[in-house]
Amino acid sequence: MTALTDLTLAEARDQLRAKQISAVELADAHIRAVERIRPLNAFITETLDLARERAKLADKRLAEGKAGALEGIPLAIKDLFCTEGVLTTAASHILKGFHPPYESTVTANLKRAGAVMLGKTNLDEFAMGSSNMTSHYGPVESPWRRQGDNRPLVPGGSSGGSAAAVAARACLAATGTDTGGSIRQPAAFCGIVGLKPTYGRCSRWGIVAFASSLDQAGPMTRSVKDAAIMLGAMAGHDPKDSTSAEEPVPDFAASLIGDIRGLRIGVPQEYRLEGTNPEVLALWDQGIEWAKEAGAEVVDVSLPHTKYALATYYIVAPAEASANLARYDGVRFGLRVPGKSLEEMYELTRAEGFGAEVKRRVLIGTYVLSAGYYDAYYLKAQKVRALIARDFDQAFQKVDLLLTPTAPTPSFAVGEKMDDPIAMYLNDVFTVPASLAGLPAISIPAGLARDGLPLGLQLIGRAFDESTVLRAAGVLETLAHFTEQPDLAGRLAETRA
Amino acid sequence: MSLDKATVARVATLARIRVPEADLAPLAAELSKILTWIEELNEVDTSSVEPMARVVKMKLPLREDVVTDGERRDDILKNAPNATAQFFTVPKVVE
Repeated sequence: MTALTDLTLAEARDQLRAKQISAVELADAHIRAVERIRPLNAFITETLDLARERAKLADKRLAEGKAGALEGIPLAIKDLFCTEGVLTTAASHILKGFHPPYESTVTANLKRAGAVMLGKTNLDEFAMGSSNMTSHYGPVESPWRRQGDNRPLVPGGSSGGSAAAVAARACLAATGTDTGGSIRQPAAFCGIVGLKPTYGRCSRWGIVAFASSLDQAGPMTRSVKDAAIMLGAMAGHDPKDSTSAEEPVPDFAASLIGDIRGLRIGVPQEYRLEGTNPEVLALWDQGIEWAKEAGAEVVDVSLPHTKYALATYYIVAPAEASANLARYDGVRFGLRVPGKSLEEMYELTRAEGFGAEVKRRVLIGTYVLSAGYYDAYYLKAQKVRALIARDFDQAFQKVDLLLTPTAPTPSFAVGEKMDDPIAMYLNDVFTVPASLAGLPAISIPAGLARDGLPLGLQLIGRAFDESTVLRAAGVLETLAHFTEQPDLAGRLAETRA
Repeated sequence: MSLDKATVARVATLARIRVPEADLAPLAAELSKILTWIEELNEVDTSSVEPMARVVKMKLPLREDVVTDGERRDDILKNAPNATAQFFTVPKVVE
């Protein structure tokens, strides 16, 4: 029999409904797994007692035939989602002790669907990072290691704790958020599926804001079908988020028909960047072959402004962050460092409460929005962003999807790339353009590099066409047949017998 | 663009983040490097482009101007680092 923690979300759901397993035993197996993977530091807060209670409730609802879409499914929640009465930190010291008096819309939707929350996962501080190294609660270690190399690796970021927990089989799925690649890049690094939906698909209400025109919540899972099921439970219009779209939520899982014959898949030539790892490029070519084999028509397309996407992002995102993070002032919640005057209290609180990367981005954002520089930087970036979005519009007149690598390299060692912020920013070179255009994009695990680390492929779709993204991802998933798992031997916490 | 120490100090004041004098120079160097990098956008001709104001084409929704939530004073004050009675407190601002 498959271990309960090795089930996919879809399998667990079916076995729960068929009464082959109980929500309590499923929760217990995952609670033990959460305890075992503590050395990875994937969770900031564990809510294991809550999980046991929720699982009992789920069994009751299952018995009464009142099961929701995720009834009894153990999930991990990125610690960027406000959860009522449960510590919510955004991995920042400045939110010290913050227990939200409300629940984010996405986690409320998941709760209503019957999901069992195991805990809040670690992330880069305020989701600003691609390695999970900027968390106030310490870095997350990837469950993966290079062959013959014992150095700990990063899980990617910012949703690194979620990715590590899913890959290490401590939960059946997790929520992530993606601003410039924060779901897709860690999914690729950890060998799992990560879907960033269309901007507006999932409500942002109650998610700690980083860059409001880019932030989007999405699922992180071990299969494409699981991502489809999770997204269905997370998505939906919410009047409390004025950018939440009034689009109907289709049955995403029903789109997985396993057939992409006749679908037109574009390969953006500008993504063949110099300096990209040759194994990443080889896997991309392999992905193109798989698409052809499955009957899709593969065509070259051009996204001419791709090379400006990162610079655009590193103006827009910090600008929005500097405005969003103005609320952390030591008055209403979180950390307060006393000062002689109000101004001094603000300045000392923010100096102690924010880490180096957050400060860097708030300062850049403040500068590009300041009098005399607004037009040269922020307005210019918003114009280039319009051109980047137009590139995608034009490409999608010719094709249904775009196929690219997810990240330019596999995972790297803890501490690498820390000296040069720009080298770290380059991790997001393939994911940022779709974020700027608000388009849905998925990363699926598609192969291993020679050193044994997972690599991901990205599919980008038209706005609100997650169904086609998922359909093609399902076909590539079958052809890639990625079954490798990280070897955690020797790194797990001792558990009580 | 190269930022000097005085500019970094001014921006830090605008951002209400206290930066010790000793950190100004390294921070200026770091931020200058990032600004120089993002200035590659100047290569792009945007003379006939409207700045992108929203990501998804939709009309900003309107709703009735009515109270939809509230009466939760105690819930909200619970997170305050230094609440007194029914109020948030701050250092004295008026002499």
